[in-house]
Amino acid sequence: MSKKIITNTIAIIIFVFIFFFLQRLLMPKYMSEIFEGNLIEEYYKSNKDHDVIFLGDCEVFSNISPASLWEEEGITSYIRGSAQQLIWQSYYLLEETLKYEKPQVVVFNVLAMKYNEPQNEAYNRMTLDGMRWSKSKIGAIKASMTEGEHFIEYVFPILRYHSRWSELTGEDFRYMFGKKPLSHNGYLMRADIKPVAKIPEGRPLPDYQFGENSYYYLDKITRLCKDNDIELILIKSPSVYPYWYEEWDKQMIDYAKENDISYINFLEVVDEIGIDYEKDTFDGGLHLNLSGAEKFTKYFGEILTNDFGLQSRKDDPVLASVWNEKLEYYNWMKKDQMAEIAEYGKLISYGAPAQAQ
Amino acid sequence: MIFTSYEFIFFLVIVFALYYMAPKKFQWVLLLVASYTFYAYAGVKFLVYILVTTVSTYIFSSRIGKIHEEQDMYLKQNKGELSRQERKEYKEVMKSKRFRLLVICLFINFGILGVIKYTNFVIANVNSLFANLGFTRGLTFVNFAVPLGISFYTFQTMGYVIDIYRGKYKYEKNLFKLALFTSFFPQLIQGPISRFDDLKETMFSEHSFDSSNISFGVHRIIWGYFKKLVIADRLLSGVTTIVGDPATYQGVYVLLGMFFYAIQLYADFTGGIDITIGIGQIFGIRLKENFIRPFFSKSVTEYWRRWHISLGSWFRDYMFYPISVSGPMLKLSKSSRRLLGDGIGKRLPVYISSIIVWFTTGIWHGAAWNFIVWGLLNCLVILVSQELEPLYVRFHNRFDVRANFTFRLFQVVRTFWIMSFIRILDCYRDVGTTFRMYGTIFTKFNFMELFRGGLLEVGLSISDYIVLIPSVLLMLVVSLIGRRTSLRELLAERSQAVRYAAFAAIIFGIIIFGAYGIGYDSSKFIYSQF
Repeated sequence: MSKKIITNTIAIIIFVFIFFFLQRLLMPKYMSEIFEGNLIEEYYKSNKDHDVIFLGDCEVFSNISPASLWEEEGITSYIRGSAQQLIWQSYYLLEETLKYEKPQVVVFNVLAMKYNEPQNEAYNRMTLDGMRWSKSKIGAIKASMTEGEHFIEYVFPILRYHSRWSELTGEDFRYMFGKKPLSHNGYLMRADIKPVAKIPEGRPLPDYQFGENSYYYLDKITRLCKDNDIELILIKSPSVYPYWYEEWDKQMIDYAKENDISYINFLEVVDEIGIDYEKDTFDGGLHLNLSGAEKFTKYFGEILTNDFGLQSRKDDPVLASVWNEKLEYYNWMKKDQMAEIAEYGKLISYGAPAQAQ
Repeated sequence: MIFTSYEFIFFLVIVFALYYMAPKKFQWVLLLVASYTFYAYAGVKFLVYILVTTVSTYIFSSRIGKIHEEQDMYLKQNKGELSRQERKEYKEVMKSKRFRLLVICLFINFGILGVIKYTNFVIANVNSLFANLGFTRGLTFVNFAVPLGISFYTFQTMGYVIDIYRGKYKYEKNLFKLALFTSFFPQLIQGPISRFDDLKETMFSEHSFDSSNISFGVHRIIWGYFKKLVIADRLLSGVTTIVGDPATYQGVYVLLGMFFYAIQLYADFTGGIDITIGIGQIFGIRLKENFIRPFFSKSVTEYWRRWHISLGSWFRDYMFYPISVSGPMLKLSKSSRRLLGDGIGKRLPVYISSIIVWFTTGIWHGAAWNFIVWGLLNCLVILVSQELEPLYVRFHNRFDVRANFTFRLFQVVRTFWIMSFIRILDCYRDVGTTFRMYGTIFTKFNFMELFRGGLLEVGLSISDYIVLIPSVLLMLVVSLIGRRTSLRELLAERSQAVRYAAFAAIIFGIIIFGAYGIGYDSSKFIYSQF
């Protein structure tokens, strides 16, 4: 009897081991393209002592550089953002982040207010697969699932990615159990340039009112920040696409007033920031490139210091050591990207992040 | 809640756990609750239909059964007092009472089935007739939602009522037990169409946790999922690509479509039945086999003894025999013998019964002319084979090749292709298109196109073939093994390590190579649509 139990136990252990081995193998690694699939999980390896947490979609992870913010202002920060990150995903990511640390300021980019319902399975996976299991992840999954998605496929991603067996590459084996960081505290660097061809005119919409669900989660973010004594700043990042309507802007101004929080539309101060859409974007205005992100970060960093009272922490030797190491990697990548651009006229080994919003 | 959904697997695990935790005398009650929950999941409104069938079956079968009892009692009590003639007359009276009840019961239940499934088919044909006669207006179509498994549970319950009418066994006095027989969830979707006397013993008895039986059941379920998800659903896009575009896919592609569909349908239907029988087994309920390696059949008649056995035997027992020996048919036989001679006179009732049965079998599969022609073509092949039997006998007397492997292989291949030709009628949009496609096989010689990239232009990629070829071969090997023993029994004789490895390989095969989830069109079991 005991022999049978031992055999069965060993069989189950081997089965579970193979199962998880295959699961790791089949899950996408996002190491040579669609880098933003890695952003969420990279947070867990950080030192989790951040003055500012940025929340939002690509208008955050492409437009703000925490390394630059440290260099300029001595402010520590992390971007918890991913491609088309929906507002409820931002809420649950904030909820989860607060279990690890308590920042002084949370910055939320409000473009996600335009999405009142779950949108796209592929983007969901990029945000949610990277989250560690917690009540927040369960909440995020439940709030995000589109038709045809199943909760169990998040619990066992092999059920979602099983068909990748025919697309496996060396990368899938190489990065099965460990990956090098691709972002700089959540910032995805792109140094190449693709100028804005035309400043967009917004097409008329049938209804400009943000949805109830969006407001519901914005309220939750606001409450969560207030309950934790965190300053919440709503921003509209200076990307020219997708079009940011005046009607949307007004709703955010009103919301900020009603809730006694700050809202800054950086599209209105593009000239003050010094952004030149001929040079400071890598995809015609959807996202800022490195030069644009550094300009924007510098401008925003001054606001954070002057208006929100954040202090430089460069005097802290432990932090300084950590961040100097980060800066070293940041500057190495900057140089490497510049070298590639100089040699090939474009980026070769830094992929082409999805044209996400 | 189809078998391949996560919800169903979760549901099954819960029911299984509760089944063996519940007091044994309530196990069948738990299955009844589970079956109704399963049914309600498809739509609470559909419960009305199955309830009407269950209650009407219960009322009429009880009434018919009581007349049997009354008759037996009366004849027993008056054993010595009644003359033979009086007994006969009494029996006739009672029989006609039972017959009236039977007819009403059949009328109600087949009526429901007929109205729901065939009203629009009739309307379409009437409208078409009107249009041909120059009428511009037609009848309006009715929007009926077809209740889950209605063809299966109606046939199953009506088989039961006919058995009670015939006095084959005692009627079930417990309405709830009859309700479970009607609605037992694993067989509700695609059968098999069970007989009450086959099921009642294991369905309502108490079951202890028998790990060996349960393990066999689980193996069968997993094998069923393998056939369905790895083979049938992966082949689906090949079949739909070919039959969905008859203008492009002609000639050899029609043959390829027939071949794909034969394998797809087999893997789909037998996979579903494996899951059904396996589920029955984990609950300790023995369901009858519905297939015995049909693609090894050497004739169409044999094929139909091995394919969808429960449906074939239903039509044989409840339709073919009663029609063949019915009064009008006997009269017809008599008069045709007199007028046309013994040869035709003897055959005519059989032919007419066969045509009626195959027409009905066709229309049972679907309210469309495709299925009717499908049924009649099956009938034609079987009758022609019967007529040619003397020729075959003479051939075999002269050339004794019956035991020759090559000749048997020829017979198997011939039967496979005859059935594939007929079966493809399921797929094309109408009979005319199907026959046009038959024509292109003989007029469009494009065989080599298949090897010039054609195989990759039918909705299947190289990776699909990489999965399909070994999987279909595995299915073939398992079938070959099944001629002597079952694979499960063969594995049971091997070491535990081998058993576990085989089991794990199939599970990982399903998980990785199954055509499920996002990126695949989830496919219902084909027979669940009938």
